[in-house]
Amino acid sequence: MTERVVIVGGGTAGSVLANNLAEEVDTAIDTGDVEVVLVNDRKDHVYKPTWLYVPFGEKTPEDAKRPLDDLIDRRVDLLIDRVDGIDTESKTVSFDGGRGPLAYDHLVLAMGAQVVPEETPGLAEGGHHFYGPEAAEELREELAEFTDGHLVVSVVGVPHMCPVAPLEFPLMADTWLRERGLREDVDITYTYPINRPHGIQSVADWVGPLMEERDIGVETFFNPERVDPDEQSVHTVEGRELSYDLLVSIPPHDGSDIVREAGLGDDGWVDVDPATLEATNAEDVYALGDIAELPTSKAGSAAHYAATSLAGRLASAVRGQRPTTEYDGKTVCFIESGEGEATYIAFDYDAEPTPKPPSKLIHWSKLGYNRSYWLTARGAL
Amino acid sequence: MKVSQGSDCMSDTQLDADVTVNAVGSSCPGPMMDLIGKAKDVEPGTVIRLQSSNENTEPDVSEWAEKSGNELVEVVEREEHWDLYVRIND
Ligand SMILES: Cc1cc2nc3c(=O)[nH]c(=O)nc-3n(C[C@H](O)[C@H](O)[C@H](O)COP(=O)(O)OP(=O)(O)OC[C@H]3O[C@@H](n4cnc5c(N)ncnc54)[C@H](O)[C@@H]3O)c2cc1C
Repeated sequence: MTERVVIVGGGTAGSVLANNLAEEVDTAIDTGDVEVVLVNDRKDHVYKPTWLYVPFGEKTPEDAKRPLDDLIDRRVDLLIDRVDGIDTESKTVSFDGGRGPLAYDHLVLAMGAQVVPEETPGLAEGGHHFYGPEAAEELREELAEFTDGHLVVSVVGVPHMCPVAPLEFPLMADTWLRERGLREDVDITYTYPINRPHGIQSVADWVGPLMEERDIGVETFFNPERVDPDEQSVHTVEGRELSYDLLVSIPPHDGSDIVREAGLGDDGWVDVDPATLEATNAEDVYALGDIAELPTSKAGSAAHYAATSLAGRLASAVRGQRPTTEYDGKTVCFIESGEGEATYIAFDYDAEPTPKPPSKLIHWSKLGYNRSYWLTARGAL
Repeated sequence: MKVSQGSDCMSDTQLDADVTVNAVGSSCPGPMMDLIGKAKDVEPGTVIRLQSSNENTEPDVSEWAEKSGNELVEVVEREEHWDLYVRIND
């Protein structure tokens, strides 16, 4: 009997997992004992961190895409279709393209996160963002025309992808505007939901003074509940109001209705054991990457490290051995700090990160990483 | 707000949480952000139990609750983490 592993989502988590697993159980695939199926709803793999550079004209959404066919091990069956339901009783997934249900022995959910700006009234009409390809291009057009006024960068969505992108955008915008001789005519304000500019104390301690030095205003305890696009103002749960000329938000995020409907997590994120990545509410179901409710960041590196560890567990499981590999929460994030420099933080479930002093070298490392990412997705790094 | 010492059983608090946010080991972006994420999704009146192993969470939550009109009702010290009970108001 063939043991079938179905992976839903061919982003960072799903691709790294599929490639690593195919390598670990290559012989079993060749003999027909194991089958690895990767389902993705479009033919391209998208590397989302590229979008940060789109508003500044440094990259295009096309740079973020590669055909999955080129990235995925030939031993993996690639299915381009959209999963629209999961039945954990009959152990099947269903598709919205008319294809019949597919049975699984092990199911891995790696559908990522989606952005839902419409959840905050007025935000979709009044604000811009760089968390999607079209939105990032629209923002590029806006920024190109923006010569004076108040630029507000507001973290609305909690949780959100990439813990540091909200800091990178205002720091990069500051440099970008300075280079164009426009900075004197633009005020920049950054807003964050809690009592400091970042959730991690050490990052907050580092970025607070840096923002002050760059003349970026910081508003904390700032949780927008609605935006008035006509008046161009943001209104918060705390009863505050902030006017803007250009609003760039980190929009609200959502997991997946499929997860809610399957009873795998009430908020659309899959409830999992943080170490084994096994779903809390169903047997033989796992989740990793942004769709998993994990006590770490929704970051590509977390998805990557979790995928290598889950590949080990699944390889043991299909071999009938007791899985022992565990994910320790390892995450590494590069942080662009403007002026052509960057820093990075590394952490896991037990250790808090401390940012290193920013340097040009780290900035080039980040750009280098973005280029070599395609090797990561192939499972080669 | 009441602060109690507890073992890992529920008998030492009268409170029943409606939902639990397990932020033990959540270093980035941290327990406070996990709590706010949940607070945005729940109905007014919900009691959230935030589990955190970070000692700064209590003062942070206390300050946030005050500013946002919510209430930190009780903190129970467990063996390796704290349970913070937060009532979400309107
Ligand atoms: C602007 C921006 C900057 C970022 N910068 C960084 C950074 O510097 N460093 C970092 O570590 N992380 C960064 N991230 C976060 C990183 O991109 C994500 O954490 C990472 O992509 C998560 O991988 P994933 O595989 O879980 O999800 P994704 O990469 O989103 O992949 C999910 C895949 O599932 C597919 N899918 C979804 N639903 C279905 C379905 N029903 N059926 C079939 N297929 C489906 C999607 O098409 C997609 O291919 C950034 C994110 C953004 C938006």
